[in-house]
Amino acid sequence: MTRAREGVAEDAASRDRVVIRFAGDSGDGMQLTGDRFTAEAAAFGNDLATFPSFPAEIRAPHGTLAGVSSFQLHFADHDILTPGDRPDVLVAMNPAALKANVGDLPAGGVLIVDADEFTPRNLAKVGYEADPLEDGSLSAHTVHRVAMTSLTTAALAPLGIGKKDAERSKNMFALGLLSWMYSRPTEGTERWLRDKFAKRPEIAEANVVAFRTGHAYGETTETFAGPVVVAPAVLPDGTYRQVTGNTALAYGIVAAGRRFGLPVFLGSYPITPASDILHELSRLKRFGVTTFQAEDEIAGIGSAIGAAYGGALGVTTTSGPGISLKSEALGLAVMIELPLLVIDVQRGGPSTGLPTKTEQSDLLQALFGRNGEAPVPVVAPSSPADAFDAALDAVRIAVTYRTPVLLLSDGAIANGSEPWRLPEAADLTSTPVSFGTEPNGPDGEFLPYARDPETLARPWTVPGTPGLEHRVGGLEKADGTGNISYEPDNHDRMVRLRQARIDGIAVPDLEVDDPVGPDGRTAEVLVLGWGSTYGPIGAAVRRLRREGVAVARAHLRHLNPLPANTGAVLERYRTVVVPEMNLGQLAFLLQGRFARQVVSVTKVAGMPFGAEELQELLRPHVSPHVSPSASDLIGVRR
Amino acid sequence: MSTIDLGMPVLGGLDLVPTAEDVQKAKDFTSDQEVRWCPGCGDYAVLAAVRSFLPTLSIKRENTVFVSGIGCSSRFPYYLDTYGMHSIHGRAPAIATGLAVSRPDLSVFVVTGDGDALSIGGNHLIHALRRNVNITILLFNNRIYGLTKGQYSPTSEVGKVTKSTPMGSLDHPFNPVSLALGAEATFVGRAMDSDRKGLTAVLEAAARHRGASLVEIYQDCPIFNDGSFDVLRRPDDSEARVIPVVPGRPITFGTDGRWAVVRRGFGLRIASTGEVAAEAIVVHDPADLELSFALSRLSDQNLDHAVFGVLRQVQRPTYDDLTRAQVQQAVEGGGDDLLALLHGTDTWTVRDGAVLPHATTGESTR
Repeated sequence: MTRAREGVAEDAASRDRVVIRFAGDSGDGMQLTGDRFTAEAAAFGNDLATFPSFPAEIRAPHGTLAGVSSFQLHFADHDILTPGDRPDVLVAMNPAALKANVGDLPAGGVLIVDADEFTPRNLAKVGYEADPLEDGSLSAHTVHRVAMTSLTTAALAPLGIGKKDAERSKNMFALGLLSWMYSRPTEGTERWLRDKFAKRPEIAEANVVAFRTGHAYGETTETFAGPVVVAPAVLPDGTYRQVTGNTALAYGIVAAGRRFGLPVFLGSYPITPASDILHELSRLKRFGVTTFQAEDEIAGIGSAIGAAYGGALGVTTTSGPGISLKSEALGLAVMIELPLLVIDVQRGGPSTGLPTKTEQSDLLQALFGRNGEAPVPVVAPSSPADAFDAALDAVRIAVTYRTPVLLLSDGAIANGSEPWRLPEAADLTSTPVSFGTEPNGPDGEFLPYARDPETLARPWTVPGTPGLEHRVGGLEKADGTGNISYEPDNHDRMVRLRQARIDGIAVPDLEVDDPVGPDGRTAEVLVLGWGSTYGPIGAAVRRLRREGVAVARAHLRHLNPLPANTGAVLERYRTVVVPEMNLGQLAFLLQGRFARQVVSVTKVAGMPFGAEELQELLRPHVSPHVSPSASDLIGVRR
Repeated sequence: MSTIDLGMPVLGGLDLVPTAEDVQKAKDFTSDQEVRWCPGCGDYAVLAAVRSFLPTLSIKRENTVFVSGIGCSSRFPYYLDTYGMHSIHGRAPAIATGLAVSRPDLSVFVVTGDGDALSIGGNHLIHALRRNVNITILLFNNRIYGLTKGQYSPTSEVGKVTKSTPMGSLDHPFNPVSLALGAEATFVGRAMDSDRKGLTAVLEAAARHRGASLVEIYQDCPIFNDGSFDVLRRPDDSEARVIPVVPGRPITFGTDGRWAVVRRGFGLRIASTGEVAAEAIVVHDPADLELSFALSRLSDQNLDHAVFGVLRQVQRPTYDDLTRAQVQQAVEGGGDDLLALLHGTDTWTVRDGAVLPHATTGESTR
């Protein structure tokens, strides 16, 4: 199954999975280090999942807890679902990084620190009264004190580069050391460094030397257990790459433009954690993509509506605060019934909240956060790679039903990465949209609000079409003609028609994973989620099943409309548990829609559920010996 | 003239819009919708002027789009048989920007008012102007909120007593022409609703200008701000107040050109023509930003003077042309293989339960 790799010692120990966390100051390049290790793991063929975590401040004060940035990577020889709960190896580049992260390191975990940074001043900055490397407080861990800064600067001395630049390369030393420990291929990183610093070859060289120095340090010091091999994962057949959620969304938008034969127009205002979609699409003009960095969130969606009116695939990308600002324009798009893709990469709220942390608390805003009866389809990807398919699906709905569609991603999906099984050419077939070009009324007139009997969609007739000149706008439309109408019966009819059009959107049935247990029975408990809780729920359910607990799971891609069989699925189970990173928004929705009590399990910490954490939160509800208590049914909040 | 050489051809505002094959008339641009403004509203006069000037542009009716915001004047698109969108409060310039960028074959007009453009939509207005998007903005200034029944607006005089300011309004008004010039608009004009000839001339020049054109139209609201501009209409009052400007001509006004505009420090003042040397009279140059701005400052809230005509017009590459040129350049550069994009530079393959060596193209995309 595995392939022999050059440079891997034959006596190398093998592990099925490893979780590494790199932690340092926000200027230490931890995200970059993590990204590179991820690329190495992907190039090696491991399954992987990542969790970057960084402060909202670009450069918080040096050496402080507020400035700690970390990147966790889980890589394995089998399919995995989450970035891992707790690291097996913690790399701490300074005392602040140690203090902020050591609590997550289990007993027996490996700790690698840059000993040079453990100065009295740096220790005092984060309130260490004694040096934790000396006072025995880390005795439960295997501690490696490595003078990374001085080893790096010494190695770079012959290159004659400045002290600052030399010290800045210490993250590559750490990467080199970890690359040796886990038998990672190194050629990709060296090539990447030379490419990244092509305009400053002396810096490229410094980084390569630091990387090699770290690698050699691991090899020669014999203080590290290693090297360890984590074999490639045998995933379903296909060609894979590693991808982040934001990149997958950007690619999904480009692919959707191709599929439906529409030029892509993105109107967007920079906002964390959605900006990378704007950045990515700005680089893809060669695909006929136009990007417009607007003066504000409202102009972002406004320009996208204008482009959609002209026949483009209008897209706007933002996070929760931006959705608040776009709400009125979204209502206009509902009223004028034009295709539009609105992406909300959710972050911690309310208000500015936690810009760089993840949350799922915009669900009800997405569903209901507009004046009037303004239904909007809502689609949610469940993982970084799934974001590509979710974007295609959202655009399918938008163009087929002539409606704005909200896609709810979140910070964990946006910045997290995993292997993506790439679509093949056959998956990317083109079905160009047909615009309305002919009169459609009974008397040869054009009725801009006449509807397709099947989809209830109105014609998409763009300016430049002779003879079909018409006006659209935010005022209530007369059924058919689209003229202004204040007529009571007409308004009642139009409100219901707009709702019926969204309710009638074709979405696949909810699939339930409910394996028949050894006793020949299926589960009585269903765990139902949506969005990025897909991984943690899957991992927690796996753990419970390994204990012999029968538990079913299902995951919603479509939040509006819900799959037609949702109510029937809920009926089948004694208990339905809904884990969410909010205070129970999907649970609230299900209870309202189906008059069905569900158990809400929630966490709003700006962090995803851990697999073990969620397993324990689910346990009281899945135990076969415990019948549900009244409090379970009302909804237990954590 | 402030031009940046980006290799862009100098085009007129309508050069990429298909021309009409037949002669069009005002009634061709008249929709079947009943016009619902108050009796005596200045909007009627502007509508009539627009309906009659549109055919003179000789562009296809279906390639003409009117986008409006919210307010009395923003009902405008419903009354024209072109494409149109009556959008949301203040946002028409943003919507028009997206439309103009994606459709060079359209002539895009924005219809807005003093509240729509200068209060709730102020941000979009200044950014559309600075970007120089190829759109023509008709800003109907009646110095009052009409549709919400008579509150003061950002162009109302200080001290104006309205429903929301029973003791008089306190905030200093915008001068829309000064504001547009401050945003470095490439075309700024002003006209009076009742001056059919002057209004038509400015509108036509604005529509033919490539870039963002702003035309401030003084417009009367007979219900909530009746007679607001009467001093500029009554012959006796207007003679000493109305200053028409024509490019290349010395700026004089009044019967037989009694008054003239002359320099004073960095600004301008009004003099009796007979009392100043002929060469002291300022010659209008719409490309001189400082002159345009000084002319705009001759107008104040008392309307002692008001300059009409094209105050400024210069050529500067438009945002939409530049955007399309960048996309075009990228498209011509090739590399639009979608599968290649998705694959990137580092892939690996799993086949029949085995992981095959990964393919690396050796080049980073970043």
